[in-house]
Amino acid sequence: MVEARYKPGDRVKVLKAFPLGHIRTPFYIRGRNGVIERLCGSFGNPEELAQMRSGEPKQPLYRVRFLQKDVWPGYRGNAGDAVEVEIFQHWLE
Amino acid sequence: MKEEGNYQPYSYFQLMEVSLRELLVEKGVVTEAQVEATVEDMRSRTPERGAKVVARAWVDGSFRRKLLENGTRACEELGLDVPALRLVVVENTASVHNMIVCTLCSCYPRMLLGIPPDWYKSRNYRSRAVREPRAVLAEFGLRLNEDTAIRVHDSTADMRYLVLPMRPAGTEGWAEERLASIVTRDCMIGVAVPKLP
Amino acid sequence: MGGLPAGRVEATEHDYAQWERRVDALMVLLSGVKGGKRLMTVDELRKNIEALPPDAYERMSYYERWVTSITQTMIQRGVITTEELGRKMAEIEKRG
Repeated sequence: MVEARYKPGDRVKVLKAFPLGHIRTPFYIRGRNGVIERLCGSFGNPEELAQMRSGEPKQPLYRVRFLQKDVWPGYRGNAGDAVEVEIFQHWLE
Repeated sequence: MKEEGNYQPYSYFQLMEVSLRELLVEKGVVTEAQVEATVEDMRSRTPERGAKVVARAWVDGSFRRKLLENGTRACEELGLDVPALRLVVVENTASVHNMIVCTLCSCYPRMLLGIPPDWYKSRNYRSRAVREPRAVLAEFGLRLNEDTAIRVHDSTADMRYLVLPMRPAGTEGWAEERLASIVTRDCMIGVAVPKLP
Repeated sequence: MGGLPAGRVEATEHDYAQWERRVDALMVLLSGVKGGKRLMTVDELRKNIEALPPDAYERMSYYERWVTSITQTMIQRGVITTEELGRKMAEIEKRG
């Protein structure tokens, strides 16, 4: 079992990496700073499952909240507008 | 197994579907009966099921708390079969409006609400809902107060999402069934809010 | 795809054709959601859709992409072969 490193309220940054393969970390969120909203549990790694491998060991999955103004340059909207994304632990630092 | 009364030749992809299915049946992977039963099962999964959940949460405070804590368990408590669904329910308030999208494909709480609408799967919705939610909501005819924050939930991994809309004023004393009747699929995706008829 | 420039959201819906519903049902069955043996994952479905040529979104409808991806996955997994598929498609086209 991979240990969960983060808890709700922790500030995290999404890795700014662009490897090949099947990835469930959207481009728009890479390199962005956010806050852990909750730990969802541990799930099989989709990057590995997509390649017909087991996806084990399961990886901690978090919901991470990003303020829209921190994601999109020139974002027009309420300063409290946010986007919440599920991100696997190995994409967070 | 052609459509009844359909005399058009198969399209390439319809041909692929029939061929794939026949091969899988021949190899004992699935049976025709299973496929038909699954089609019917998916047909039976409709937004009305989600509306029941919302209505119950509106009238029962402890159910609402359970729903927000573990959406799947709460649905099961209501007798709703939701295999493999990991449901996160997000609550609209006076200061926060929630909206659901899957930018990467079309993830949706299918086992609760059924198959999602075309527009939810469209490139336009998937690209713009995260970036300009207000503009997208305006296209759906929904305009929020300026001081309401919008939270967009991008369904990127194993969780699926349901918006718990605010109960509108003027519904005091309504029975659950009547409350459920004003909760549309679009309210539970977050591109609409319940309206009195 | 999130954040890319795109047009107005046309709130279209269509009543799904029976063949489309069968593709959907096949995915439910093959991914083991209904308790049967899991022969593929939704991750492979997605990966094989991502692997479609860039104009797939213009040329192919949602369930056309799905049936292509599921079929590709079954070939990759060795559940069916390309030869079997070719022969079966020719047979069915002839049969009508």
